[in-house]
Amino acid sequence: MKTYLPLAIVIALSTAYGFWWKLTRGAIRSQKAVPGHRLSAEILGEPLGARATMVQFSSAFCTPCRATHSLLSHMVQSMNDVKHIQVDAESHLELVRELDIRSTPTTLFINRDGIEVGRAAGTPKRDQVLAALSNIA
Amino acid sequence: MPDVLKNSEVAKIYIDARGPRFGASITTIVLAIALVTQNKWVLVAQGLVFLIGAIKGPQFTPYGLIFKNVVKPRLKGVAPTEDVRPPKFAQAVGFAFALVAAIGAFAGADLVFTIAVGMALAAAFLNAAFNYCLGCEMYLLLLRFTSNK
Repeated sequence: MKTYLPLAIVIALSTAYGFWWKLTRGAIRSQKAVPGHRLSAEILGEPLGARATMVQFSSAFCTPCRATHSLLSHMVQSMNDVKHIQVDAESHLELVRELDIRSTPTTLFINRDGIEVGRAAGTPKRDQVLAALSNIA
Repeated sequence: MPDVLKNSEVAKIYIDARGPRFGASITTIVLAIALVTQNKWVLVAQGLVFLIGAIKGPQFTPYGLIFKNVVKPRLKGVAPTEDVRPPKFAQAVGFAFALVAAIGAFAGADLVFTIAVGMALAAAFLNAAFNYCLGCEMYLLLLRFTSNK
């Protein structure tokens, strides 16, 4: 018994989802912050940047986490008021739930007070990162 | 919890990142055949491939060996590498779907077979066509739902 209908449905749905996924990965969005939440040096275990901090949540089963880490850590080398902190999502599940982190890598852009001003799921592009950082006073 | 899901001191092994994606393309074709023909033995064969990939790593599956011996020598350029754990995780997820599908097929539940094969096919297709990272999207959600608050 041959049936092509399930195959057609699966390919159609996953193609649509795949394009949506490709489009949204890396985009920095400002409306995803959890209201009232504030990250601090105590929570992160490292001092925040003087102007901004990029907090990257990563996990072991995540290939783009490596690329994101090398991009962001490289970028902050030439910035003296911006820091990059990587957090292992798995060992910070409480924080992951509080902040509603759903996938890795997710990078939060926080200001000097620890307030989230934007977040990117997936690897952001260099220009997007620069634009997001320049919006943080 | 299976070993592959533990994030303990796993020795970091880096493999050619193009290998798992090539494997996902073959997997997509095999699962599509299983879905169209509703043939449970095709699915069982793919399930065994997933099992090898989940336990030993995708570079040791038949698809991984084809990549290494036939495809890789014909590719040019510097090989991009990746940690073996993300594709291993994806193989474990594939195996879980294949197991559910096989149980459904042998119990006579055709709908269970169709849905589970469809899910595995969707994952393999997304990986092959869009370089989709299953471990990135699923692992954290899985942890959030399964570990105690």
